[in-house]
Amino acid sequence: MTVRIQEHDFDVNAELAALTVGQHHVGGLVSFIGLVRDFGELQSVASMTLEHYPGMTEKILGKIASEAAERWNLSSSLIIHRYGYLEPGDRIVLVAAASEHRVSAFDACEFIVDWLKTKAPFWKLEEGNGNAKWVTARMDDTAASARWSVKK
Amino acid sequence: MKLLYFAWVRQQTGVNEECVTPPNHVNNVAALIDWLRERGPQYARAFEDVSALRVAINHELVDFDAKLSKDDEVALFPPVTGG
Repeated sequence: MTVRIQEHDFDVNAELAALTVGQHHVGGLVSFIGLVRDFGELQSVASMTLEHYPGMTEKILGKIASEAAERWNLSSSLIIHRYGYLEPGDRIVLVAAASEHRVSAFDACEFIVDWLKTKAPFWKLEEGNGNAKWVTARMDDTAASARWSVKK
Repeated sequence: MKLLYFAWVRQQTGVNEECVTPPNHVNNVAALIDWLRERGPQYARAFEDVSALRVAINHELVDFDAKLSKDDEVALFPPVTGG
């Protein structure tokens, strides 16, 4: 279970490879990469600046990873979340889950991403064409997060 | 008590963080917000509509009726958007 919050980019291949080194019982490694889009609540997004709450962010991400480990039989999991100034195409987040069987890995990865959306203390400022807008929380993200609230 | 502000709450108050000593009757989150509003127009504006305001005490999300003590770290911010 690894959690990192950092300003700089990450090497996807190296991060994923490190998750399963020597773990030959792992049958599936599922990963998700979140990217900055060139559109959002603003029609044209030139940059996105992510702010977070140092101290709380580490705790919440750790709790989300622990919850995933309790719900599924995972060999390892990874959350890397960036903050700071990003541009369209830049990576924001890498989530990965490794398990003996693919279903657990898929479910755990999706669960972590859904909970990040509604629980991790990040805020996103979109800027473009002279406009600036804080991204608002989405109802469908809340619904996606809530469907995991009953333990399987 | 240490207060932290994030995103548009930070922009509107014009402050990242500050240490405050509210009077004794300010013993929960709702009372703290009422007290903050009186501190100036930028605070009044920031806390005009609290429907989109979230509060954490010592890194835990809480409701507006949560009790406060003088050594708490209280953060005020909009709904989070991680991922």
